[in-house]
Amino acid sequence: MINSGDTAWIISATALVLLMTLPALALFYGGLVQAKNILSVLVQCFAVACVASVLWFACGYSLAFSGSGPWIGDLNAALLANVTRSAPHPGTAIPESVYVMFEMAFAIITPALIIGAYVERIKFEAVLLISALWLLIVYVPVAHWVWGGGWLAARGVMDFAGGIVVHVTAGVSALVIAAMLGARHEFPHGIRPPHAPWMVMVGASLLWVGWFGFNAGSALSAGGDAGMALLATHLAAATATLVWMAIEWIKFGKPSLVGAVTGTIAGLACITPASGYVGPLAAVLLGVTASAVCFTAVLLVKRVVQVDDALDVLGVHGVGGAIGSLLLPFLTLLGGGVTLARPVMAQFAVQAIAVMVVGAWSAVATFAITKLAAWTVGLRVDLETETQGLDFAAHGETGYHVNR
Amino acid sequence: MKLIIAIIQPHRLDAVREHLTGIDIAGLTVTEVRGYGRQKGHTEIYRGAEYQIAFLPKIKLEIAVPDGRVDDVVQAITAGSRTGKIGDGKIFVLELEQALRVRTGETGDNAL
Ligand SMILES: Nc1ncnc2c1ncn2[C@@H]1O[C@H](COP(=O)(O)OP(=O)(O)O)[C@@H](O)[C@H]1O
Ligand SMILES: [Mg+2]
Repeated sequence: MINSGDTAWIISATALVLLMTLPALALFYGGLVQAKNILSVLVQCFAVACVASVLWFACGYSLAFSGSGPWIGDLNAALLANVTRSAPHPGTAIPESVYVMFEMAFAIITPALIIGAYVERIKFEAVLLISALWLLIVYVPVAHWVWGGGWLAARGVMDFAGGIVVHVTAGVSALVIAAMLGARHEFPHGIRPPHAPWMVMVGASLLWVGWFGFNAGSALSAGGDAGMALLATHLAAATATLVWMAIEWIKFGKPSLVGAVTGTIAGLACITPASGYVGPLAAVLLGVTASAVCFTAVLLVKRVVQVDDALDVLGVHGVGGAIGSLLLPFLTLLGGGVTLARPVMAQFAVQAIAVMVVGAWSAVATFAITKLAAWTVGLRVDLETETQGLDFAAHGETGYHVNR
Repeated sequence: MKLIIAIIQPHRLDAVREHLTGIDIAGLTVTEVRGYGRQKGHTEIYRGAEYQIAFLPKIKLEIAVPDGRVDDVVQAITAGSRTGKIGDGKIFVLELEQALRVRTGETGDNAL
C-alpha cells in the first residue's frame, strides 16, 4: 500500500538531495578553486550528475537494488523495465519510481564528491570515463552490499544514509585518483587560495539544507526516524561548525569563513551514517569529534601524505563518514538512540569490517579504473592548459568577464 | 607641469578624495591595481594551509598639476592616506611634458 505522506516526503527529499549536487556541491567546490577554473568545476558536477542518471537507468539501479546475491544484484530491473506505476518498493510505502529516483540522487552526488580531488588539472574526458566506470564498479556494488541485501546487510551493518556507501567510497577513491593524477603544478607552496569564499559558504549552506533530505529522507518514511534524523543532522552540523571555528581561532588567531563551513560539512558527513539511529546528545558529540578529527586529517593529507586531494575529499568526507560509521554503535547507547540487534562491540566489529572492506575495494577498483583512463583518454591536461585555466582551454568559456 | 602617481590603500580613497577636493584639485584618475612593497604581500590560511598572496589590492591615483601645486597635492594625499601601518603606499612625482584639453584645445597649465 502506498502511503501518501511517506511519498510526499520522499519526493521532497529527492529534490533536496539533487540540490546537494546542483548547485550546492558545485558552488562549494567552485568557490574553492581559482577564478580561471570555476566553470570547469561547475560543468564537471553537472555532467557527472547526468552520466550517473543515465547509467542508473541503464543498469545501475538494477545491479544495486534488484536481486539479493551477496556481491551484486541482477539485471531484472535494467532499463527500469519493471518499474510500474502502482507497486510500492518492497519494505516501504512509497512507489518504486520514487525509490529509484531517491536512490538516483545518491548515485549522482557520490561520484560528484570525488571531483574535489582532481580539480584544476584533469581532462574532461577522464572525468566522464572515470565517473561512469566508478559508479558501476565501486558505488553500485557497495550500495548493494550495504543497502541492497548484500553481504554487509546480511551481517547487520548500520549505515543510515551513506557514511560508508557515499563518504568512505568517495573519500578513499578521491585520494587514489589524486595520487595517480599527480599534484597541481604549484603544489604545495604556490597553490592559489580559494577565489570566492562567499561562494563556498553559499554552497555549504545549500548542502546543509539538502542534507535534511539526504538523512531524514533515508528513513524512507515520514515518521519518527525521519524526525530524529533531521534533528541529529542539524545539531551535528552546528556543533562541528563551532568546533572547527574554535580550533582555527586558537591555532591561527582568527576564525575563518572557509574553515567554519568546512566544519559544517565534516559534521554532516559524520552524522550521515548515524543520523536515524542516534539521539540529539550523540549528534552533538559527533559534531565535536567530526571537526577535531577532520581538521587533523586535512592537515595530515596535505603535509604528511603530501597528496594533492585539492579540496580535501578524503579529509572531510571520507574521514567524517568513517568515524561516524565506527562510533555509531556506542552513540546509540545515549538518549534517543535505537536498540542494537547485537552487543555493542559486535556491532562495532561489523562496522569496522564494513569500513575497511569498502575502503579497500574503493582503493583497488579506483586504481584499476584510473589506470584504464590513463591508457585510453589520458588523465591530465598539459601544463600550458593548466596554467591558462581549464575554463577557456577546455570549455572555451570564461567565468568572469570583468574589466580589471 | 608634474604628474603625481600615488599608490594607496583602497579603503583610504574616499579620505584622499576629500582632501584633494578640499584644495580644489579639479581632475583625478583612479585605477584598481595590485602590488607589493617591502613585505612582499601577505599570507592567508585556508583549511590550515598557508597561501602566499603576492599582490595586494591597491588604488593608483594619477593627478596632473601645475608645478606650483605639487607640494599641496602631495600633502593632501599623505594626509588622506596615512594610517601609520605597513602598506600605506607611495607617491611618485614625474615631469609632465604636455597636457591638452580635447574639447577646447587648451594646452599646458590651462588644460589642467
Ligand atoms: N618601488 C616601487 N615601484 C612601484 N610601485 C611600488 C614600489 N614600492 C611600492 N609600490 C606600490 O605601492 C604599494 C604600497 O607599498 P608599501 O607596502 O606601502 O611600500 P613599502 O612596503 O615599500 O613601504 C605596493 O603594493 C605597490 O603597488
Ligand atoms: Mg609594504
